[in-house]
Amino acid sequence: MLRKLSIVAFAAMLAAAPLPVLAQSKKDSVVMAMALEPPGLDPTNAAAAAIAEVTLYNIYETLTKINEDGSVSPLLAESWTASPDLKTYTFKLHKGVKFHNGEPFDSAAVKFSFERNGAPTSTNKDKSLYQAFEKVEAPDADTVVITLKYGEPNLPFLLGQASGSIVEPKSAATNVTQPVGTGPYQLSAWAKGSSITLSKWAGYRNASAIKLSKVTIRFISDPAAQAAALLSGDVDAFPRVAAQRTLAQFKADPRFNVMVGGSRAKTIVGINEKKKPLDDVRVRRAILAAIDRKAMIDGAVDGFGTPIGSFYVPGALGYVDTTGINPYDPEKAKKLLAEAGVTTPLELSLKLPPPSYARQGGEILAAQLAKVGIVAKIENVEWAQWLSQVFAANGPHNYDLTIVSHVEPFDLVKITEPDYYLGYNNEAFNALYKQIVATPDEAGRAKLLGDAQRMLATDAVAGFLYQPQLITITNKKLKGVWKEVPQFENDFSTWYWE
Amino acid sequence: MTIDAPLATRPLPARTFWRRALRHRSFVLGGALSLLVLAAALLSLVWTPWPPTEIDIASKLRPPSAAHWLGTDSFGRDIVSLLLAGARSTIMVGIIAVSIGLTFGVCLGLIASAKRGWTEEIIMRFADFSFAFPAVLSAIMLAAVAGPGMVTSIVAIGIFQIPTLTRLTRGSANAIWAREFVLAARAAGKGRFRITIEHVLPNILSILIVQVTIQFALAILAEAALSYLGLGTQPPQPSWGRMLNDAQTLLFQSPMLAVYPGAAIAIAVLGLNLLGDGLRDLLDPRLARER
Repeated sequence: MLRKLSIVAFAAMLAAAPLPVLAQSKKDSVVMAMALEPPGLDPTNAAAAAIAEVTLYNIYETLTKINEDGSVSPLLAESWTASPDLKTYTFKLHKGVKFHNGEPFDSAAVKFSFERNGAPTSTNKDKSLYQAFEKVEAPDADTVVITLKYGEPNLPFLLGQASGSIVEPKSAATNVTQPVGTGPYQLSAWAKGSSITLSKWAGYRNASAIKLSKVTIRFISDPAAQAAALLSGDVDAFPRVAAQRTLAQFKADPRFNVMVGGSRAKTIVGINEKKKPLDDVRVRRAILAAIDRKAMIDGAVDGFGTPIGSFYVPGALGYVDTTGINPYDPEKAKKLLAEAGVTTPLELSLKLPPPSYARQGGEILAAQLAKVGIVAKIENVEWAQWLSQVFAANGPHNYDLTIVSHVEPFDLVKITEPDYYLGYNNEAFNALYKQIVATPDEAGRAKLLGDAQRMLATDAVAGFLYQPQLITITNKKLKGVWKEVPQFENDFSTWYWE
Repeated sequence: MTIDAPLATRPLPARTFWRRALRHRSFVLGGALSLLVLAAALLSLVWTPWPPTEIDIASKLRPPSAAHWLGTDSFGRDIVSLLLAGARSTIMVGIIAVSIGLTFGVCLGLIASAKRGWTEEIIMRFADFSFAFPAVLSAIMLAAVAGPGMVTSIVAIGIFQIPTLTRLTRGSANAIWAREFVLAARAAGKGRFRITIEHVLPNILSILIVQVTIQFALAILAEAALSYLGLGTQPPQPSWGRMLNDAQTLLFQSPMLAVYPGAAIAIAVLGLNLLGDGLRDLLDPRLARER
């Protein structure tokens, strides 16, 4: 009897075997690589952009979705309406959506997520936005009403970021290692230091539209290794690859699709305004006057950048060119330092995070500052150290200068935060920002945004360097990968093999 | 009873030494290469074709020309100037680190050999223990505590040298302590300290000199490795290891950028090793007599 059964089982296995073989012949998995490994997988409790690159729109979803062109479309919310003063938003939620653990997605989950983001103990990177929510109401299971303390014209956009991911109340605490969301993918493996594997979730509301059943994300920080991984075919796609120096080779190779896209990122020299003598605007202007942006762009990112003069980028609403406000002028820099009564050489610490734009940019910055009598002492630090020593809101802000790229779109609000690492804290600017968000009409807002940019440039709040252009290289047969990068994310639901 | 004056303590007449040395192939080649590196380091103190840290982005990655003999790197810095200044960093780290290792290693080895017993046991077990930590590992530990930098790497390499030199000193010194002339000195009433200074140390000096050249080569390699990993000499100070690191991303574009510092490290290490080989042959009386 047992023997018969095993024969039947064997026959059944044989019969079933051709099916997976057939399925494999049509390629449905992708190996993607990115430079940095995320510290965890909860985008609502940490600032690292790498978390969003893995999770946003894949594991977690948001009420709205930011598209490749920067426009906003519905995702977990079917539709929304705003009051004329832009203080009250009403979101109608998608019905019948479930979380990976089987719990229903409803207005209670949204209310829980947003209130958690704005809680006093929250470490959400957009905490200030959620603290500006006067109340989040859930009149019924499919409706959420958000009332803000001020008008926020960009709310639908802002809620489409990873920090606005909707989490499930019971599993929220363990999302760092066991993420539970409503997205089309689930975490299936995480080999720390090497790769993360996501697999398609069969229970997704629109599962048939998701083409890739498995995505492996590898972490390769070294630029030479990044190029080698692509060339050898180990990696099918590398968004935001550090291949500025090997671009010609990839362009000439018919196996690859090379895309150079814009970004909303701003690479800046962070200046700690809480420290003497950097609290003196003349010293900060001197630093800016010592910086040759063109050399910086050519040297640090091999020319892939557009100069900026403020915390705002070309292509955004109300952009004005402020690069002429503190232009490159080493003689003026020396004069400004003398005026401020600074004895040269002035020694400043320059803490650099790992990416090549920072490390290479740091050497160039140090050489440029040396010419006006500022000795920048380079300290190369790891991300964890950089976040805790330089950036963390509750951290010591123990630095004089740093170089970093702020990849978040529309983050002028950061400058108004009292414990932001730049330490600007200017009442006039904060008032102006309040006025901007309280102005519903675009033309009026654009004008005020222009004023804000000019104010930041004039006060030399930071050494505003350039808007980086980001390079994405993919296998030519892989389609649906975004070229433009309004925010750092990889939407696997749009990817497919030709 | 007459006592033979110990053979090895009698210094080789300088003229004889040099006559033999100049005929010794590996000594001459090693000496020449080492002198070349030393000369480059000394020259960089007074002159380099261009200021080694001056960045000129407009002329980055230039091929060799009359103005830049070996071309420029990705920041437009002159390669020749960087190599010269890098030699200075390398030699400085080497000298200080080997001095640290030599001072502590020889002292500990001599003490162990002179005292014997528990003292020797403790010192030698401590040396065994520290052998377990290679230079890179101790540098990473030190960097975590004190932050990466030239001083950290010097200290790490220095510490890494101590156990080797301790073992060597103790082993060679023990052999000397067993010799008849030491017995005679003890019979004549000389103390352990005096015997160590007057008889033991001079007799192991030639062994130490040979070992120092080898340790120096190891220190250069360790410095380059640490700087390559970003734990050693910090920018903008030039260093061969960091040049290699910078060249890494440009391997496809300008492979020569990696060849130059690599060749410099190879020349320095090869030179010192050949010099050490030569010195061993020349200073070891047994080998000298066999010839």
